[in-house]
Amino acid sequence: MAETHEGATRRDFIHVASATMGAVGAACVAWPLIDQMNPAADTLALATTEFDVSGVEEGMAVTIVWRGKPVFVRHRTAKEIEEAGAVDINDLPDPETDGARAAKPEMLVLVGVCTHLGCVPLGQKATDPRGEWGGWFCPCHGSHYDTSGRIRKGPAPTNLPVPPYEYISDTVIRIG
Amino acid sequence: MSGPNFSNPVVRWIDHRLPVFTFMHHEMHEYPTPKNLNYWWNFGSLAGIVLVIMLLTGIILAMHYTPHVDYAFQSVERIMRDVNYGWLIRYIHANGASFFFIVVYIHIFRGLYYGSYKAPRELLWMLGVVILLLMMATAFMGYVLPWGQMSFWGATVITNLFSALPGVGEWIVTLLWGGFSVDNPTLNRFFSLHYLLPFVIVGVVVLHIVALHRFGSNNPLGIDVRGKQDSIPFHPYYTVKDMFGLGVFLTIFAAVVFFMPNAMGHPDNYIPANPLVTPAHIVPEWYFLPFYAILRAVPDKLLGVLAMFAAIAVLFILPWLDRSPVRSATFRPLFKIFFWIFAANCVLLTYLGGKPAEGIYVILSRLATVYYFFHFLILLPGLSIFETPKPLPRSISQPVLGSGTAGASKENS
Ligand code: HEM
Ligand code: FES
Repeated sequence: MAETHEGATRRDFIHVASATMGAVGAACVAWPLIDQMNPAADTLALATTEFDVSGVEEGMAVTIVWRGKPVFVRHRTAKEIEEAGAVDINDLPDPETDGARAAKPEMLVLVGVCTHLGCVPLGQKATDPRGEWGGWFCPCHGSHYDTSGRIRKGPAPTNLPVPPYEYISDTVIRIG
Repeated sequence: MSGPNFSNPVVRWIDHRLPVFTFMHHEMHEYPTPKNLNYWWNFGSLAGIVLVIMLLTGIILAMHYTPHVDYAFQSVERIMRDVNYGWLIRYIHANGASFFFIVVYIHIFRGLYYGSYKAPRELLWMLGVVILLLMMATAFMGYVLPWGQMSFWGATVITNLFSALPGVGEWIVTLLWGGFSVDNPTLNRFFSLHYLLPFVIVGVVVLHIVALHRFGSNNPLGIDVRGKQDSIPFHPYYTVKDMFGLGVFLTIFAAVVFFMPNAMGHPDNYIPANPLVTPAHIVPEWYFLPFYAILRAVPDKLLGVLAMFAAIAVLFILPWLDRSPVRSATFRPLFKIFFWIFAANCVLLTYLGGKPAEGIYVILSRLATVYYFFHFLILLPGLSIFETPKPLPRSISQPVLGSGTAGASKENS
């Protein structure tokens, strides 16, 4: 009995070991098949955009394209900056101070993609509806953003993201 | 079990080596079928025929279509204007998708009414739900291909649903897109998958039919076939009936294709995709509206997405939610009433899904969503305990032939 038992155990070990090797091998083969779907090298190469903000007058907003997505550049009025700063951030669904969201307070740069399901919110044109907080309004399922691009009401869970950007001269920003 | 006796010697020669003819004879000719099937039983074979129509027209469209963001819209317009009969083929394909869903939804409600999901047909039913899911994926990706405004924004909103998943969400969405937004890589892979999935559907349909032929069709009385007197051969009785139904279907289908081909489409999809401008009202195709309404009814992003998927997932476990041994609604007085309320609720959800998400529509969507789940999760299990079904007939033949034994028997099923 002991002998058969021992034999069975060693055989089990071989089964488990070879099944494990097989699984590892299959995973190694599967990864390239999955990863090919991720952004390709040329897509990643287009990942930065430069833009001269000096042409954006006070009260005006411009939409540029970064990584195929709209980026909102808005030259805010003093009133808008003040409204954005005056909020008690504990009242916000996604608390963030206005100061942390704009490198220069008058020039707000945001990814113009609603954090709910990806529509482009309205509010870039003076004639657009800008929602109850005077920033942006997403028509798809009714999200309201304030003049800092923070979510105030509606299904979107987070604020409009600030893309990574820096001023490479006084007036030119590089996004990405 | 001796096979059929074929008179043609060539057929006999082949059949001896490769018994395809025996198989066909067995499954499509002598296949014993309950003799009391009504016209609601036409929709299964209709769905199969529509699938074939979609495959044929789709493969033809692919001969003229260009899956590239700069050319896709134009290539579809070229199909409409320049390719010989291209307009006809595209209109058949685009409206065919709508009719496919009409047929399949009727087919599903037939199953719900007559309890076709109950033992021993649980797997048959679940394979059907798999087909529904595959159809949805296929139709969604097909709608992206013409690269109009609705194509683009539909693709954006639906792929973004996955971003709601905690942790892996963003990763999955980038993987689906192959970039940082819906773009050329997305269009290419959707075309590839739109070509593939219909053939996967064909595979699952085969399994669906294998499972069907194991126990045969359910029937309007929902009781088992008790012997030869309860069934008739499939051919010619049901082949003829199915052909007649097909004729009616094709008449209606042709009327839509020729006289109102854009009635079920959305005009915004004739505007080329613009990644920087979202149309004011984005709505999915009508066949997704009930699920879209459920998505929007829930104020939380993740829970909304989960509720939407749960609305279909609940169909998978339906055979274990409805425990009543009586299949057909004919003998379930309460179930019958609630079935119609449920159906009306689905129509309401469809209507609400197409309305803007504001005011009264949001409130109604919430009520209708709650009722949808209430029906499956509370009402059906409850009914199987509290409802007293009417007495079942002894057999399929008995109510017709009236064999005296006024069927107060409680046995069966
Ligand atoms: C389950 C079966 C199928 C369904 C439900 C389906 C659904 C759809 C839908 C809804 C569209 C958009 C139509 C429009 O509004 O223009 C479409 C387009 C298209 N489909 Fe399919 N399809 C199916 C099978 C196939 C197959 C097998 C092919 C073969 C390659 C195919 C190729 C195409 C092409 C090339 C287009 C783009 C042209 C156009 O938009 O009209 N489809 N499909
Ligand atoms: S995508 Fe903006 S609210 Fe849904």
